Amino acid sequence: MSVQLNINNKDYVVEVAPMKRLLDVLREDIGLTGTKEGCGEGECGACSVFIDGSVVNSCLVPVCQTNGSKITTVEGLSNNELSKLQQAFIDCNAAQCGICIPGMLIAAQALLDLNPNPSRGEIREAIAGNLCRCTGYMKIVDAIEIAATANKG
Amino acid sequence: MAVGKSITRTEGRDKVTGKAKYIDDYTCPDMWYGKTLRSEIAHGRIISINFSDSFDWSQVVVVDYKDIPVKNLVALIFDDQPLLAESVVKHVGEPIILIAAPSKELAERAIKNIEITYEAFPAALSIEESLSVKAKIFGDDNIFKHYTITRGSVADAFQSAEIVVEGSYFVGHQEQLYIETNGVIATTKKDGSIIIQGSMQCPYYIHRAIKEIFGLSDEQVVVIQTVTGGGFGGKEDFPSVVAGHAALLSRKCGHPVKIVYERGEDFAASTKRHPALIKHRTGLTRDGQLLATEVDITFDGGAYCTLSPVVLSRGVIHAIGPYKCPNVKINGSVVATNTPPNGAFRGFGVPQACFAGEMHMEKIAKTLGISSVELRRKNMLREGDITSTGQKLLYSVGTQEVLDTVIERSDYLSRVEEYKNPSDNKCRGIGLSFFYHGGGFTGSGEEKIKGKAAVELDTHGQVKILTASTEIGQGTKTIFRQIVAEELGISLDSVIFGDTDTSKVPDSGPTVASRTCMVVGKVIQMAAANLKNEIKKLVAQKVNCDISQVEIANGQISCPDVEKLSFTQTAIECVKEHGEIKTMAQYSSPPGIKWDEINYTGDAYPVFSYGADVVEVEVDMDTYEVKITKVITASDIGKAINPAMAEGQIEGGMVQALGYGLCEEVVWRDGKILNNRFTNYIIPTALDIPEMETILVEKPYPYGPYGAKGLGELPMDGGAPALVAAIANATGAFITEIPATPERILAALEAK
Ligand code: FES
Ligand code: FES
Repeated sequence: MSVQLNINNKDYVVEVAPMKRLLDVLREDIGLTGTKEGCGEGECGACSVFIDGSVVNSCLVPVCQTNGSKITTVEGLSNNELSKLQQAFIDCNAAQCGICIPGMLIAAQALLDLNPNPSRGEIREAIAGNLCRCTGYMKIVDAIEIAATANKG
Repeated sequence: MAVGKSITRTEGRDKVTGKAKYIDDYTCPDMWYGKTLRSEIAHGRIISINFSDSFDWSQVVVVDYKDIPVKNLVALIFDDQPLLAESVVKHVGEPIILIAAPSKELAERAIKNIEITYEAFPAALSIEESLSVKAKIFGDDNIFKHYTITRGSVADAFQSAEIVVEGSYFVGHQEQLYIETNGVIATTKKDGSIIIQGSMQCPYYIHRAIKEIFGLSDEQVVVIQTVTGGGFGGKEDFPSVVAGHAALLSRKCGHPVKIVYERGEDFAASTKRHPALIKHRTGLTRDGQLLATEVDITFDGGAYCTLSPVVLSRGVIHAIGPYKCPNVKINGSVVATNTPPNGAFRGFGVPQACFAGEMHMEKIAKTLGISSVELRRKNMLREGDITSTGQKLLYSVGTQEVLDTVIERSDYLSRVEEYKNPSDNKCRGIGLSFFYHGGGFTGSGEEKIKGKAAVELDTHGQVKILTASTEIGQGTKTIFRQIVAEELGISLDSVIFGDTDTSKVPDSGPTVASRTCMVVGKVIQMAAANLKNEIKKLVAQKVNCDISQVEIANGQISCPDVEKLSFTQTAIECVKEHGEIKTMAQYSSPPGIKWDEINYTGDAYPVFSYGADVVEVEVDMDTYEVKITKVITASDIGKAINPAMAEGQIEGGMVQALGYGLCEEVVWRDGKILNNRFTNYIIPTALDIPEMETILVEKPYPYGPYGAKGLGELPMDGGAPALVAAIANATGAFITEIPATPERILAALEAK
C-alpha cells in the first residue's frame, strides 16, 4: 500500500506492505537508521519514536496504522544545533555503547515536554521502559536532570 | 592536562544524533541476508536433512559443513568446536545449515522448509551429569581443563585450626545482553580475499578464525569493527562464529552477506557466564585468623571449550579473595555439558568465585560471632603480603582504603546492628563485599601476546592512534586520546583515533581482561613518547640545537633562541619534508614478574585492582520481594584517566552485578533455554536501581599509564554477594544460590 508520513517535518510517500513494522520502514525505506532494534517485541525501548506526539515502540507498529501521522525520530531532535537534551547527554557522558541512546532521548524528550521540572524519581519512571545494559542509568538520569535545568535557564 | 579530566566522549555527538552506524545500519545494493538453522536437540546424530520440494531452492544459497574449504573449526584454544555441525550435534542451537537469500523473508522461508531428523543420545545437562559421564562430550571424563593451586600444607593447618567452616555455593548462567545483537557483513572479493565488518571486541580473533577456515594469508583477510553496541565479553570470541558463517555464504553466493541475529537467536545461541559450583572449607583460629583454605571449583563449560580454561584459571586464582592465608589448596575444573558453550563475560570467572568467597566470609563471621568487617580487616592483603599463588604485592594495594571508605560512607557498623531487629514487615538490611581483580592477562599471557600499538603524525599535523583495541562503549577512543595528548603535551583536538581495521592497525591483543587502559594504554603512551622524541630530533636538527633543549608543552614547541613554534605547524612541515612519521611500541612486562605455568605459582597478574561494595535492601516479608535502596562502591583503579567514564564503568558494571544477584536467571528444559527474551529474562531497569555513590580510590600502579590499572571488570565482581548479604541481614535468610528470587529467600528461611 501507499503510506503518507511526515517524518521529522518532511513529507514522504512510501510503497510498502501494510503490515511492515514502522521501525523497518524508517530504517529501510526512509534510510533513517538512528532508531534501533533491541528486541523486536516492545520490551527495550531502543526503537522509541514519537507518533503524533506520543512515544511508541516502533517495532510494534504496523506502518498502515500510521498513515498520515507525524513522526519524530532521534534524527529529528536537532537541526544543525544539538538540542539541550542531546548536549546534556554529551556533557554528562551519558552514552556508552550508545545503542539505547536514541530511544532514551525520545523517552526523555517526551518527559520534558510534559514535565519541564521532573524529580530524579520521575525521570527514572519515564525511562523505565528503555533498557540500557551499559550505564547503570546514573549518568542518563543526570543528563536529563541537567537538560531540565537548562530549559529553565 | 588531558589525563584525569572528565572530557566528553570522542564519538559522543554521533551517538546522540543517531549518526553512529552500527552493523545493522549498513546496507549495499547487492547484499544478501544470512540465516542459520540450528540443532533442536541437546545431543545426538543427524540422520537426515530434508529440503522440501515445495520450495524453489534456486532462489537461495545453502551452505553446510562440506562447503568449508579448509578447516571446519572455530579457532580458539582447543580445536574442538566445528563452525558447522557434521554428523553429531552437542547442544541445542548448534549451527548446522546456513541460508543466504536476497531478502530476510526469503531466507527465513527457506529455513522453514528444511527438516532435520535426529537420533537422540543421552545428554549431560548439568555439572553433576557431566561428572558422572552421563554422556561423553569431551575426552573420557568430560573435563576440559583442571588447575590446582597449592600453598603451604592445608592438611597440617586444619589440624591446628580451632574452627572449621564449610560452605557450598552455586551460581547459574548469566547472559551478557548487550542491546545490539551480534551481526556482521562479509564480502568475498574476486581474488578470494574476505572482508568482515561487524560488531566485535577483538578484530584479530576474527582475523585468525577466518584465515583458518579458508586457508587465507594475513593480507587476504580484513576485519573492520563497526560501532559496537555493547559486548561485555559476549563479543570476544562469539563473533568469529557469525563472521565465519557470513563469509561461507558470501563466498558461495558471490554477494556481500549480512547476518544480524534476532534477540531470541542471539540469546539462545551465544555464549554466557559459566555456571559454577564452589565449595569452601576454611580453618581459623577462634578470633578469626585464616589458617587454611580449601576450595573446590567446578565450572560448566558447555558443549565446546571456547575460552573456558582461561576463565577457570582466573576463577581459581581469585578463589580466596583479597585475603592472606598461609595454607591454601584450590582445585578447579571446567567440565563439558550438552548446553551452548559458555564463554567470556565481564569478570571472567571472578564473579562466581567472589560470590562464593564473600558469602563464605559472611558465614565464617556468623559462625565465629564476630563482625564480618573485623574478619575482613584481620585477613586482608596489604602491601608486602603474599597471595594464594605466592605473589608478593609490592605496590598499589588499596585494600584498606576501599574497605574503610565504604564502611564509613555507609555507616555500615551501626546499620548492620540496627537492621537485625526489624520493626515491621518491611525488613531492611545492609551487606558488604570486598574483592580484587587482576588486570591484564593471567600469568605470562601478556608476554605471549606482546600487544602492539602505534601513533602516526599525518599531513594535517594531527596525531593518529593506531590500535586494535576497540571502543565498545567503555571509552577507549577517549582515554587513548587523553593519554597521547598528555604524553605529547598537545591539545586533545590534535589527537584522532584511527579506524579499527586489521589492514591498518597492529595487533594490540584483544579488548578483554581489563587490559585496554592498563596494558594497551601504556603501549600507546610509549608509542607517543617515541613520537615526541622523533619530533624533537627533527626540530633540533632544524634549529640546530641539542635534542635535550627541545620542549613540547601546551601545543607549542620551544627551543633556545627561537620563538615558540606551534606544534601543528611544525608537525605539518616535518611531515612535508620527511613523510608521515609513525612510531610503534610493544608491551613488555614490569621488571621482576615471574610466573610458573606448571605449578601455578608466582605473579598471576602485574597488579590487582581492589573494590568494596555496600548494598542496602528492603525486603517485603509477605512477598519476599527485594528492593535495592542504596549502593556505595569504592574502587582502587590506580588512576582515573577520565573520572566520569570510570564512574560510568563502575555504575554499569555494578548494575549488571546486581542483576546477577537479584533477578537474572536462565531457565532450561532439556538443554533448551525457555526465557531467551527481554520479556522473561529480566535485567534491571532505571526503577530497579537506586542512586549510587561511586568513589574512586587512586593508588598508582607504577607501570600503568599515569598510574592506571584495570577497571572494566572489577565492578562486576562484588555486587551479588553484597546484595545477598544485605538480604541475610534483613531477613536472616542465608542464600547460597543466586539470583535471590523470592522462592530462594523463602526456602532459605524455611531451612533455618
Ligand atoms: S526493539 Fe522495539 S522495544 Fe525493543
Ligand atoms: S549505552 Fe549501551 S545500552 Fe545504553
